[in-house]
Amino acid sequence: MPVSLQHGRSANHTLRIVCPNGHLGFAPIKAGSFRIGCDCEPDLICADSGSCDVGPVPLGTDISSSLLQWQVGDLETMLLAARRLGVPMIVGSAGDTGSNSRVDLFVGIVRDLAKKHRLAKFRVGYFYSEVGKDVLRRRIVASDQITGLDARPPLDHATLDATERVVAMAGIHPYIKLLDDGANVIVGGRSSDCAIFAAPAIRRGFPQALAYFYGKVLECASFCAEPYGAKESVLGEITMDDVKVTALLPEQRCTIASVAGHAMYERANPFYEHFLGGHIDMSRCHYQQYDERTVRVTGPSYVPAAELRVKLEGSGKIGERYVGIVGVRDPYTIANIDLVTAWARQQVVERFGDSGYELHFTIYGRDAVLGEREPLRATPAHELGIVVQGIAPTKAMAEEVCMIATRQMFYARLPQVKGTAGGVAFLLDEVMPASPAYRWTLNHTMRLEDPLELFPTFITEAGV
Amino acid sequence: MTASRKLSDVAKTIRSKNAGVDKVTFDVIFPDQATYNRVRERGVLSRPAVCRIFGIEAAEITDHIEFDPALAIKFTIYRRMPGGSPGDADIFGSQQYGPLLDIDVPGG
Repeated sequence: MPVSLQHGRSANHTLRIVCPNGHLGFAPIKAGSFRIGCDCEPDLICADSGSCDVGPVPLGTDISSSLLQWQVGDLETMLLAARRLGVPMIVGSAGDTGSNSRVDLFVGIVRDLAKKHRLAKFRVGYFYSEVGKDVLRRRIVASDQITGLDARPPLDHATLDATERVVAMAGIHPYIKLLDDGANVIVGGRSSDCAIFAAPAIRRGFPQALAYFYGKVLECASFCAEPYGAKESVLGEITMDDVKVTALLPEQRCTIASVAGHAMYERANPFYEHFLGGHIDMSRCHYQQYDERTVRVTGPSYVPAAELRVKLEGSGKIGERYVGIVGVRDPYTIANIDLVTAWARQQVVERFGDSGYELHFTIYGRDAVLGEREPLRATPAHELGIVVQGIAPTKAMAEEVCMIATRQMFYARLPQVKGTAGGVAFLLDEVMPASPAYRWTLNHTMRLEDPLELFPTFITEAGV
Repeated sequence: MTASRKLSDVAKTIRSKNAGVDKVTFDVIFPDQATYNRVRERGVLSRPAVCRIFGIEAAEITDHIEFDPALAIKFTIYRRMPGGSPGDADIFGSQQYGPLLDIDVPGG
């Protein structure tokens, strides 16, 4: 145990959680700091595994964006430690999306690992978060508005029809129920990151404001420490009066700047964290350097919601997709690149008409990353890389849309071009099948009567 | 009076990241109170400055906060399209901060 942690528990009534990874499976846990965390007498080992950052494709096609072998590796690291220490392990938003198939996948991995390592029998709890489209349709019909977030309009029939799969964002409630049911390992469907950590703390009687803040600060693991270094473990401790967070990698520290800085991370506003049942207000948080590697936080407040509303995430398919890649080195062609893509697009229009497909040109070296927000788009680089995406209802049509657009850039007719043997450079003289194209169709909220109504819980056994 | 310096010379962290599927948020964190104050006072990252830098309307900024505990200026804008839609080439929103690096900080 590091010197700075040898102060022992700072009060009689405490709960310690080690968080080894801010997105389980996305990149592997670093073993060294996790081992140190396991030597710090944790009461639980918890990690979030989900994110809408990975885009709408994984939820739409019901796959993970993480590699299976990394998911297995992270779960193995956590499971063996948790069973050895005899403490609960909680993983939320299984398999990036938290869909039902991802929960089943993680439960299966836990069972396989238990068998492989001949672990003594233990209880695995899990819950689902998917919401049937029929449930949402009944709400629309009953004028029980499914409200749009971030300036989106309320959900209508057309948007619902265009949606493939929907998950709801659980709060602490299914986690508490599964802990009450004696689960030693919990695999959660889609849920708020902070709920994974807040649930065991609230269940043990810690104040809700501190418990949710505890979850908020721990959920990204070492992102709350400095210097920057991801996938390292951090240790959190909650008491009736405060939350403390300690960096476990010897090279890292939690500082007032790093912990306060992390309060801002990947949220629109650093003062509020919303979840099913309310939000916390962090505007009067007080940050204090407790010891060399530990920050102590007091002062968050909990604001219960007037109405129980759950956040929904939904993904809808646009079409099959092919991708082509070309390069351009001729300065005259670069200066007229919009004419080149317009020519290529026109050839697609002549074959397929104006609609029924999508065609996108992403121009690296000019404005690929920012689009029209790029201040330097008028001064492109000396060479461009152009990624062409053709999207259509069938694979055959998507391939042809993409192939026409990619190859016709080669034949683009620019009046004064010197190079008449080919207007672009091909990386590959082919177009490649890519994942189907999806879009986020739901970023909405829906009224609930009961915080568990969308989140059925189950208990099974693993081990020998 | 010192010559102006670039924001990347005076800030400790300049980053962008999705805030949900429809927004991208920017955090500019300063190493000390004096620098933080100077950038705020000069309006280097004010709402109008943000509009000018990215060529967006004021209504596209959803939040603009001076966050004292972290010595940070933070603002959030709507994405051009939801993250990961076809045509979006920054699924995580993690490279949208590029245009901030070269901004002049007068007397920085």
